[in-house]
Amino acid sequence: MAFYIVQFLTGLASAASLFLVASGLSIIFGVTRIVNFAHGAFYMLGAYVAFTLTEQFSGAIGFWGGIVVAAVIVALIGVLVEMVLLRRIYHAPELFQLLATFGLTLMVEDLVVLIWGPSDLLGRRAPGFRGAVDFFGQNIPSYDLFLIVLGPVVLGILWLLFQRTRWGVLVRAATQDRDMVAALGVNQKWLFTSVFAVGVFLAALGGALQIPRDAVNHALDLQIIVDVFVVVVIGGLGSIVGAFVAAVLVSELNAFGILIFPKISIILVFLVMAAVLIVRPWGLFGKQEAPARRTPGLTVNPWRPLTSGERLAAIAALALAAGLPLVGGNYALTVGSEIAIFVIFAVSLHFLMAVGGLASFGHAAYFGLGAYGVALLAKMAGLPMIVCLLLGPLLGCLGAAVFGVFAVQLSGVYFAMLTLAFAQIVWSIAFQWVAVTGGDNGILGVWPERWAASPSHFYWLSIGIAALAVIALRIIVFSPFGYALRATRDSPLRGEAIGIDGKRIQWTAFVIAGTVAGIAGALFAYLKGSVFPDSLGISLSVDALVMVLLGGVETVSGGVVGAIVYKALNIWLVSRTDLSKLVLGAFIVLIVVAFPKGIVGMLETIRNRRRPKLSKPASLTSRIETAE
Amino acid sequence: MRRSGYFIGAVLAIAVAGMANSAMAQSEIKIGEINSYSLLPAFTDPYRKGWQLAVEEINAAGGINGKKLVVISKDDGGKPADAQTAANELVSSENVAMLAGTFLSNIGLAVSDFANQKKVFFLAAEPLTDAVTWSKGNRYTFRLRPSNYMQAAMLVEEAAKLPAKRWATIAPNYEYGQSAVAVFKALMAKKRPDIEWVNEQWPPQGKIDAGPVVQALAEAKPDAILNVTFGADLVKFVREGNTRGLFKDRTVVSFLTGEPEYLDPLKDETPEGWIVTGYPWYSINTPEHEAFLKAYQAKYNDYPRLGSIVGYETIKAAAAILTKAGSTDPEKLVEAAEGIAVPSPFGEITFRKIDHQSTLGAFVGKTALKDGKGIMVDNSYRKGSDYLPSDAEVEKLRPKE
Repeated sequence: MAFYIVQFLTGLASAASLFLVASGLSIIFGVTRIVNFAHGAFYMLGAYVAFTLTEQFSGAIGFWGGIVVAAVIVALIGVLVEMVLLRRIYHAPELFQLLATFGLTLMVEDLVVLIWGPSDLLGRRAPGFRGAVDFFGQNIPSYDLFLIVLGPVVLGILWLLFQRTRWGVLVRAATQDRDMVAALGVNQKWLFTSVFAVGVFLAALGGALQIPRDAVNHALDLQIIVDVFVVVVIGGLGSIVGAFVAAVLVSELNAFGILIFPKISIILVFLVMAAVLIVRPWGLFGKQEAPARRTPGLTVNPWRPLTSGERLAAIAALALAAGLPLVGGNYALTVGSEIAIFVIFAVSLHFLMAVGGLASFGHAAYFGLGAYGVALLAKMAGLPMIVCLLLGPLLGCLGAAVFGVFAVQLSGVYFAMLTLAFAQIVWSIAFQWVAVTGGDNGILGVWPERWAASPSHFYWLSIGIAALAVIALRIIVFSPFGYALRATRDSPLRGEAIGIDGKRIQWTAFVIAGTVAGIAGALFAYLKGSVFPDSLGISLSVDALVMVLLGGVETVSGGVVGAIVYKALNIWLVSRTDLSKLVLGAFIVLIVVAFPKGIVGMLETIRNRRRPKLSKPASLTSRIETAE
Repeated sequence: MRRSGYFIGAVLAIAVAGMANSAMAQSEIKIGEINSYSLLPAFTDPYRKGWQLAVEEINAAGGINGKKLVVISKDDGGKPADAQTAANELVSSENVAMLAGTFLSNIGLAVSDFANQKKVFFLAAEPLTDAVTWSKGNRYTFRLRPSNYMQAAMLVEEAAKLPAKRWATIAPNYEYGQSAVAVFKALMAKKRPDIEWVNEQWPPQGKIDAGPVVQALAEAKPDAILNVTFGADLVKFVREGNTRGLFKDRTVVSFLTGEPEYLDPLKDETPEGWIVTGYPWYSINTPEHEAFLKAYQAKYNDYPRLGSIVGYETIKAAAAILTKAGSTDPEKLVEAAEGIAVPSPFGEITFRKIDHQSTLGAFVGKTALKDGKGIMVDNSYRKGSDYLPSDAEVEKLRPKE
């Protein structure tokens, strides 16, 4: 019995650490609607800065003072980031801020290694909390007891802050309806900055408090960021109490889960999140969001099919691209093939995001399923390449069809997180089912047949399929189905009123996107000759998001440009420098500031500005812009 | 329509970049090296210093049959797919004579499969999985470091002598951890049929929630524990274990923990008396190692880690193979490498003809605390050749060519 109590308390201590970071993320999201990918980076910075300070100043005051000062320093960095970077892009399309914070995260990962060196660092133990307390023969670290108390204390302070101060009233109001708060004359700029500072402070404090337990290292951010997101979503976005309950739930399930299934930790949080979201689409304590007041941004530049001149130019560009084998070597061709494959992958997600208005955080699942489909067919059934290429993507299609049923019931970030949960579940199956998938050692020897083996042939195959995919998706965009999908995106209520079955339309779009991603995955398997669980992983899903956002969400085919720019740059940088993350991150941040609508989106805006306004009076545009 | 313009631009840029590299000097021999520099700097930083020292020494001694040795190094970011892109670039644009390096097992396998497909010589430096030389072994792939099996066999030799009957295991939940535990269990079962396995914990790599894991292990009341975690996970595991008294009166047998990369971060929390494999650079008194140590410390003003040895010896062995082959033809390289004996800081090693595994060994010893730092004591070097299964068994493990 004593063991179970101690295990419960240990779970509570883990929950407290998780809660501190999660509460910060929840507050930031609730008010600013920023999906702050850099939250993990701030957590990590908190740990590093606290390490330096506590090494510098010894004694109890030095230690505890160091922890708090570290959190304050990082919070100030957060303020700087918010004022210099995020303020510029609050009006950018939804999720664009994700791109900025992703770029920051990349930079921080390289920067901490440059500043603090590559080795893992061992921080001091907390003065006064070094040992353990004996509990009927079981040992509980006294630091755990400290954390167990700290969690509810922080929760209480936050509750008081939100319920009993004017600032808290404003924050709650902004969480509920920030347009209305703005309309009532509240200075949103400073409200957002202060909220961001508090959120970052909590993240950094969470990181700093880990130094007596953890090793400070450059992977801390990724270790926590996804779990924290999951906790926030399980609890319900913007709900602090929800975040606390979710942190306790997840930590306790893990503490007791490993007693029965020692391998459960790898997937547990995602299973919990999927279960919670299917039953409660807005998390445990979240409320259904009021129908959003759509910014009319999407309708300012109406989409139109390419003119015949533009079509000719596109064909010419394709023909030119097809001429690469005449000038490029094998390496250039293989890179070309890889870029073409990622164009397919990016346009599939772009279709879902731009046309369907559904941002998926787990799109790699269908890419990876396509790849595994091919690998399993080729290695186990020994089918020829053509057959594999045709049938492999069906696995992606199947996955999307099943998961789509649940996912389209949700919207916004909840939709995104449920797709992430599904992707992680698929990933963990590929990772754990060693007998079939080979586990993380993957499936090797999936090489193309002779007719496609030469780099030039494979390149032609890839760009051919990429061109077909782009054309097919464009046709769908301008088909009646595409219009119905866009109607559902822009106004689900009006769409339903004219008889559009929104959920079915969205599900169909989800399946289409999944299948096209599966095609990309199938080609990828043959390009690399092997398949690993990585191809289902979070980082690939994030890459796809970045490509789409970089190209511009409010465009018809921005994904094409985003994929080419991001992938080419990535390959080039990784090949040239060990600091590729730093450079790539800085580039992304620059792009975000320079092109807040994405590369293609910005170019379109510039062109529209130059062109005499034919269809719209200028006054309308400007009025719409102020309304935003 | 601008998107097409971008496409052309990007394609042309790549084409130009590709062509620019094709101009190459004839008086050089290039080795293409790939490793997870950005993902695992704690290991790859000393590793790079090691191979840079080797390159310097080789060129100072006249290069390879009179040609200058050049190593072109690429980062794989810890992703198998990126490692293949890098391998492709090295082979297609840089025209390297051979590939070398890699750390993670799945990346080692991906590059090995690439090497087999493209018929390129590949010397795997670090990946530990047995599959590289056995179940997925191929003609073109050789491996330097003692494999999972060899390290397990070295530890089992010591572990079997312990009186402990009840054993628990903790290992990261991925192929390396899984196969380390499986081999250890299988080899232990042969020597000690009387032991029982009372608990196993599989925290995700890099994401251990140490408190509950340590508590669960303690509750099983094992006499001894097998640990396979390393890096940041190991630090957390050790800290929680120390606080909760998990290691009191228990012997721990631990993979890799004696390597300075993993032992040094533990500082004054290093648990004493663990039986570990590792690299006690401070107490190896052979002339080969002393020469290496002196050269390394003179160049970097730092002590070597095990990564330094692996990097150094990878390039030394690669150079020896290139010198012996007298050609960059992959087939000739394979012939030269099979059975070649090369000197190393740990003494002479051989690349076995039967499975392309080198006989580089490891040190087995016990952890101890000295001046607030972890060290290895009671060390002995175990030759790799003594810890490999019989040729008949190896024949069965390797696919027929």
